[in-house]
Amino acid sequence: MNWYAIKAIYLSELHRSWRTPLQSIASPVLSTSLYFIVFGSAIGSAMTEIGGVSYGAFIIPGLIMLMVLTETTSNASFGIYMPKWSGAIYEVLSAPVSAFEIVVGYVGAAATKSIILAMLILLTAKLFVDYSILHPLWMMLFLVLTCITFSMLGFILGVVADGFEKLQVIPLMVVTPLAFLGGTFYSISMLPEFWQKVTLFNPVVYLVSGFRWSFYGTADVSLTFSLMMITAFLIMFMMFIWWIFKTGYKVKV
Amino acid sequence: MENHIIDVRNLSKQYPSGFQALKQVNLQIKRGEIFALLGPNGAGKTTLISIICGLVNVGEGQVLVGGYDVVKQYRQARKQIGLVPQELAIDVFAFVWDTMVFSRGVFGKPRDDAYLEEILRALSLWDKRRAKIQFLSGGMKRRVLIAKALAHEPEVLFLDEPTAGVDVELRRDMWRLVEKLRQRGTTIILTTHYIEEAEEIADRIGIINHGEILLVDNKQDLMKKLGRKQLILQLQHPITQLPGELNGFVLHIGQDGKTLTYDYVDNQPTNHVTEVLAAIHRSGIELSDVQTKQSTLEQIFVSLLEESK
Repeated sequence: MNWYAIKAIYLSELHRSWRTPLQSIASPVLSTSLYFIVFGSAIGSAMTEIGGVSYGAFIIPGLIMLMVLTETTSNASFGIYMPKWSGAIYEVLSAPVSAFEIVVGYVGAAATKSIILAMLILLTAKLFVDYSILHPLWMMLFLVLTCITFSMLGFILGVVADGFEKLQVIPLMVVTPLAFLGGTFYSISMLPEFWQKVTLFNPVVYLVSGFRWSFYGTADVSLTFSLMMITAFLIMFMMFIWWIFKTGYKVKV
Repeated sequence: MENHIIDVRNLSKQYPSGFQALKQVNLQIKRGEIFALLGPNGAGKTTLISIICGLVNVGEGQVLVGGYDVVKQYRQARKQIGLVPQELAIDVFAFVWDTMVFSRGVFGKPRDDAYLEEILRALSLWDKRRAKIQFLSGGMKRRVLIAKALAHEPEVLFLDEPTAGVDVELRRDMWRLVEKLRQRGTTIILTTHYIEEAEEIADRIGIINHGEILLVDNKQDLMKKLGRKQLILQLQHPITQLPGELNGFVLHIGQDGKTLTYDYVDNQPTNHVTEVLAAIHRSGIELSDVQTKQSTLEQIFVSLLEESK
């Protein structure tokens, strides 16, 4: 195992974020604050409690998931796409590193950034709403698994994309709508019965539901199902990355 | 220790587009030598280097670096290689020092600030270590690429068109560094369009065209074998035609009538320099100067490429 290489990729990717603190940290914290002001305080004050939890507190897990999914995907995809675009990727590809080590470096760094981001959002939320976390270990487990899984998705998108527009298509056109419709701002039990069934096809529902359970002990779907879904995504993206490196797809000719 | 640091055996490469970039290439590079790979654009130079460095998949055949297979033992093989690419491919938002630390780490070496400092100083980059790469000039960026390639103390350094668009000062610094590296035992392989550079610094030269190695030879031997020579005679008094004594020799009279030129190949039976000079003496032509000129590597290169067409 080339630990030095993993460390080099990991640290250089983290440095990349510190170089752009406004984009990496300030911007998501600001948007989360806006969500809390608009949905939590303004609209939330007119909403009834959901499952015994105030609306402001109810949306915290959903908001974290929304930010984590979108930021992780776009951040991780950028991390690998930029060196590909500039040609600087030649260095990593010609280095004595395995595909596994490359992925650990890039995905590890993207996931770390997302975990830090989630913590920042959690702290920001404290400024607006009073909340408590019922199962902190489960919360961390869900968060870490989600961050790793969506960092992998970002990595895949970054490898596959051959233009800046394509890089943004999935995070903007797929991940964001799914996250919005995945129970971020509402419980799916609030939907008409037909849409409740339709929404079960949205994978994000399971992530938000499991994550919210770790906060308040209430969930839209069973905890086991949520865990199964996140694990299934993790394995699916892992297999895809393994295939990319095995075939050299969009990496080597 | 293997005598050949690079051993390319029957290497062929066809790209998915169908373009055959390399055809049955065999090439051995000796440890510690400076090897120049010459060829026109699209000849296969970059494909060959890219395969050795692991950037392009091997088609058919085998490549060994320091005795290690670049596919099966890629870790051991790649550790020994440093590559300076043709393009200025670099993260322009990074700082010089950080990118050096990254390069050393990604090649599996523990951090060694003293060594990195030495490299940066040798390339006149030490003052720029805290600079963001995007604010450096093109020449400076190229220096950074060279420094990065050396960050992990490679045994063999590939310089792919290193002096394209580079100023005289950098070129001089670069060759000084190449000489220093050679003294340390580093093997250097360069591709260049500046044939006079190959002529100046290379020990051996390989010529590649249409994916085939046309020849590999010591520079001196190559020039001796394929180089043409010219005997140039400066005359004291101009002439308009050759005297009878010089009939039978192919000599050219210069435009001003004050030069006679005789083309010959060294060490060949067709070399009649002695006879020409004897005939000149017999003819009574008085000479003011005698000169010989060796054809340049460029002339050899061009004639070889023409032959290969």
